[in-house]
Amino acid sequence: MKNLIKEFTKGIIKENPTFVLILGLCPTLAVSVSVANGIGMGIAATFVLLGSSLIVSLVRDFIPDKIRIPCYIVIIATFVTIAEFCMKAYSPVLDRALGIYVPLIVVNCIVLGRAEAFACKNNFSRSFFDGLGMGVGFTLALILISAIREFLGSGQILGHTLIKGFEPVFVFGMPSGALLVIGLLLGFFNILKNRKS
Amino acid sequence: MKDNLIVSGSPHIHKKGSISNIMWAVVISVIPAGIAGVIIFGLDALWVTIAAVIAAVLTELVLEAWAGKKITVFDGSAVITGILLAFNLPPNVPLWLPVIGAVFSIAIGKQVFGGIGQNIFNPALVGRVFLMASWPKYMTIFVKPFDALTGATPLAALKEGKILEHISYLDLFLGKRGGCIGEVCILALLIGAAFLLIRGHLSWHIPASYIFTTAVFTYIFGAAQLFHGDWLFHILSGGLILGALFMATDYVATPLTAKGQLIFGVGCGLLTAVIRIWGGYPEGVSYAILMMNGATPFIDRYTRIRIYGTK
Repeated sequence: MKNLIKEFTKGIIKENPTFVLILGLCPTLAVSVSVANGIGMGIAATFVLLGSSLIVSLVRDFIPDKIRIPCYIVIIATFVTIAEFCMKAYSPVLDRALGIYVPLIVVNCIVLGRAEAFACKNNFSRSFFDGLGMGVGFTLALILISAIREFLGSGQILGHTLIKGFEPVFVFGMPSGALLVIGLLLGFFNILKNRKS
Repeated sequence: MKDNLIVSGSPHIHKKGSISNIMWAVVISVIPAGIAGVIIFGLDALWVTIAAVIAAVLTELVLEAWAGKKITVFDGSAVITGILLAFNLPPNVPLWLPVIGAVFSIAIGKQVFGGIGQNIFNPALVGRVFLMASWPKYMTIFVKPFDALTGATPLAALKEGKILEHISYLDLFLGKRGGCIGEVCILALLIGAAFLLIRGHLSWHIPASYIFTTAVFTYIFGAAQLFHGDWLFHILSGGLILGALFMATDYVATPLTAKGQLIFGVGCGLLTAVIRIWGGYPEGVSYAILMMNGATPFIDRYTRIRIYGTK
């Protein structure tokens, strides 16, 4: 049990997919304009990660080594399709906001990376918690980035105006703002890490 | 006598130059343009400049103290960054704008890369482009000289296809037009550049090739008919002279060799002309210089000087 908790918590800080592994930056850069988008993307990716890690770890002994990547892609695409249709049915606004980036979870490096690096070598309970931890870590990173960008870029968080008279810094709503925020946060976390060691 | 007999490796001839020496000389050289800006636009221009300089120096001081690095505030490089940033702003902006711009210039444009000598882009232009992208409504309103009315700059008027109302070349040369604080008075800028040129802190390669290329391209493509463009107007308006003399000649982010500097200048001129004639913005000097700053490592790589005696 202790091991499982460790598999879960490592994805949040020690091996955070966005800030430590630097994986899945494309959706991070693209959808982190607002917190709502960030949470939606995070939940969708977490669902896909959970499902794919679980199934890959269950069928890892049957998959021939040479064609393992196509097999993973098929498994991942299944879960992405489920997530996409659910989103279309229950939250069409979010679906429109995220657009092409939901289907693109299929090629998200975090999902494929965990399947290739972890799920194909570990049993299903460990893979499940690993996927959950990575998904939560990814979601938290997205929320952090998108909160900074939404606040600076439009003066709002989740659509609520925080400070009256705040002049929005438009650049943070643009792609260049995403790169700036991610770069500065990466630097900040590296400083924290260096101070610690 | 004994003191003069120093045995050491080369170089044996020393010049009493230092970073702070050069930087303060540049500060002195931009003072005429600043005075001209204050005369033309009133005291607002002075407050904007002072706010930018103070913010730049304080940011540098705080960040270097926080990172535990050597404090280099007194070498004048932060001062010149603040001044050049303010020179690229309209005179009637709210005072928090130059402050935020200067903080961004120093923090993101310079200290993130490791401080003086490490930045890959001109810090003042990084700050200006950040402000331009963030608060375009403040960055594109210009007051007309000697009165409080706002109006378009000559280049913006040209872009919108309006006929230019009685602006003579002499007015442009002396700065009687709407524009940014430091860019309007060409005469003052030339005086400052002459001072630097005489002191040997400025080489002619980048400014000459930059201005010449812009002139040639705006002459060829600047009008509906080929070879009918108003090249003199393009040279005298906008930030071309300020950019070519003081921004594109930044020591850190430009090529090292004369050949490389000529390539750099031609590239800047080409990009400026392209943005002005076909681009979405009326002015392209800052983007042109920043793009060529990005290309500098490649230029340096392909214009390396042959070491004597090698092939």
